[in-house]
Amino acid sequence: MKDVAFGQYYPVESFVHRLDPRLKLVFLIAYIVAIFLADSFCGLAVCAGALILIIAFARVPLRKILRSVRGILFLVVFTAVLNVLFYTGDTVWADWWIFTITKEGVIFSARLILRLILLVMCSCMLTYTTTPVALTDGIESLLTPLKWIRFPVHELALIMSIALRFIPILMDETERIKNAQKARGADFESGGLVKKVRAIIPILIPLLLSAFRRADELGDAMDARCYTGGKHRTKYKKLRFSWRDLIAFFLIAAVMTGVVLLRVYGWAPL
Amino acid sequence: MQALEFKDVFFCYSEDAAFKIEHLNFSVEEGEFVAVLGHNGSGKSTLARLSNGLLEADAGEISVFGTLLGGKKLYEIRKQVGVVFQNPDNQTVASMVEDDVAFGAENVGLPRKEIGERIDFALKAVGMEEYRNATVSRLSGGQKQRVAIAGVLALKPKIMILDESTAMLDPRGRKEIIDVVQRLNREEKITVLLITHFPEEALLADRAVVMSQGKIVMEGKPSEIFERHEELLTYQLDLPRIGKICKKLQAGGMNVSDTLDEERLTEEIAQCVLRQSI
Repeated sequence: MKDVAFGQYYPVESFVHRLDPRLKLVFLIAYIVAIFLADSFCGLAVCAGALILIIAFARVPLRKILRSVRGILFLVVFTAVLNVLFYTGDTVWADWWIFTITKEGVIFSARLILRLILLVMCSCMLTYTTTPVALTDGIESLLTPLKWIRFPVHELALIMSIALRFIPILMDETERIKNAQKARGADFESGGLVKKVRAIIPILIPLLLSAFRRADELGDAMDARCYTGGKHRTKYKKLRFSWRDLIAFFLIAAVMTGVVLLRVYGWAPL
Repeated sequence: MQALEFKDVFFCYSEDAAFKIEHLNFSVEEGEFVAVLGHNGSGKSTLARLSNGLLEADAGEISVFGTLLGGKKLYEIRKQVGVVFQNPDNQTVASMVEDDVAFGAENVGLPRKEIGERIDFALKAVGMEEYRNATVSRLSGGQKQRVAIAGVLALKPKIMILDESTAMLDPRGRKEIIDVVQRLNREEKITVLLITHFPEEALLADRAVVMSQGKIVMEGKPSEIFERHEELLTYQLDLPRIGKICKKLQAGGMNVSDTLDEERLTEEIAQCVLRQSI
């Protein structure tokens, strides 16, 4: 599973890497719910603790994880500043023109920042430790119950995995077309935004054409290999639940109970 | 027994298309290795697509091991007739070698254990067992095409059609594929229909068929076909490299016989040179 060149996947062997992708997906969903259920710093501390535990066992460099937060830094700061300035509360710390800074506003913003950062970090941990192929398998498996309402689960999963499979091919192709157009005198570097966007068209059209041609050939190749859709099809790879998954499951359960208990009994010094 | 039989087959892509197949009669014996040669647009790929029902004949009969092609039997027939296409990138479905080889076997609903066995068998047959967990996009062209062959082999076909499967490969990749195909034909007794425009590849076949404008224009042992050099040229085909060298040497006044065998030519050249130097 090491050899996946694209996406965010960070190829090392670790406890977290070897978890069942289904469990990791469920974990992420539960974690997001927990983050928004937690209404105190104590609750958020429980969530943060769980994340620290995951990071500790994932062997992904901290630098890489922090870099993922950098992408949303602007959004976080922006919303936090707005909240601090406009949140209405009782304990006024400063008041100027239409802005009021209250104690409640600062606390609210701090929680918001914490929530957003935890959310992004946890989602990134999923993509760092799970290959796109495993994720697709996990999603397919989790969506299986939807087959009862005739939702095309298998087809959806196949579309996703074929899309993943063709990413490197189409990236190569884009590069090739770009070079071919450059050799014919196309200019992709200079000019303003409009000119640059326009310059993409001679790349996009051949790329689309070739993608359709490829799709056609792939369809033939799939037909020739007896593909008739999801019915009567077996699956070679089965996802297996192991002792690791059980441990991780208890971790989610612990976090969820912790957060809910804190919320219900309201032990919230802050 | 006839593995594949075309009886008076008609086919055209559209009413007004210039290219047509009319009255096509053609058959392949079980266990035979047949090469189909032809210039671009000669109809050789159409032949491949007709053979497993990717295209449907307008008239006439196509049968595989005595079963007429069409309708509900199509699926059963596709299990028996494997097709390897030209572009390796456009016929791999999964990102990983193992998953891609499994695809066909999964489609026909085999139990998991058997799929595993078939992957072992197929990857071993094409010499790719070390790459079982590799990513397809990282392999060389020849290796990708070998994986494609393995994907077809996992269905245990009786006939394998290679539709210009070597056309996009470098000489080394081409040799890898041809070696694998020859071995499958000899050891696994798979009937092979090799569609190509490389005369060298036709040399290895039991029988060669030359197509031009939707018709079979020449048929016979490869060596016999290449003896009719003038006729071949009219179909925009040429001799294998060794044959061409012979012709050049003869034109230059060297006394060598027409041969397609590299060692024999080397021998004769050596003799000529020796005779002159004495």
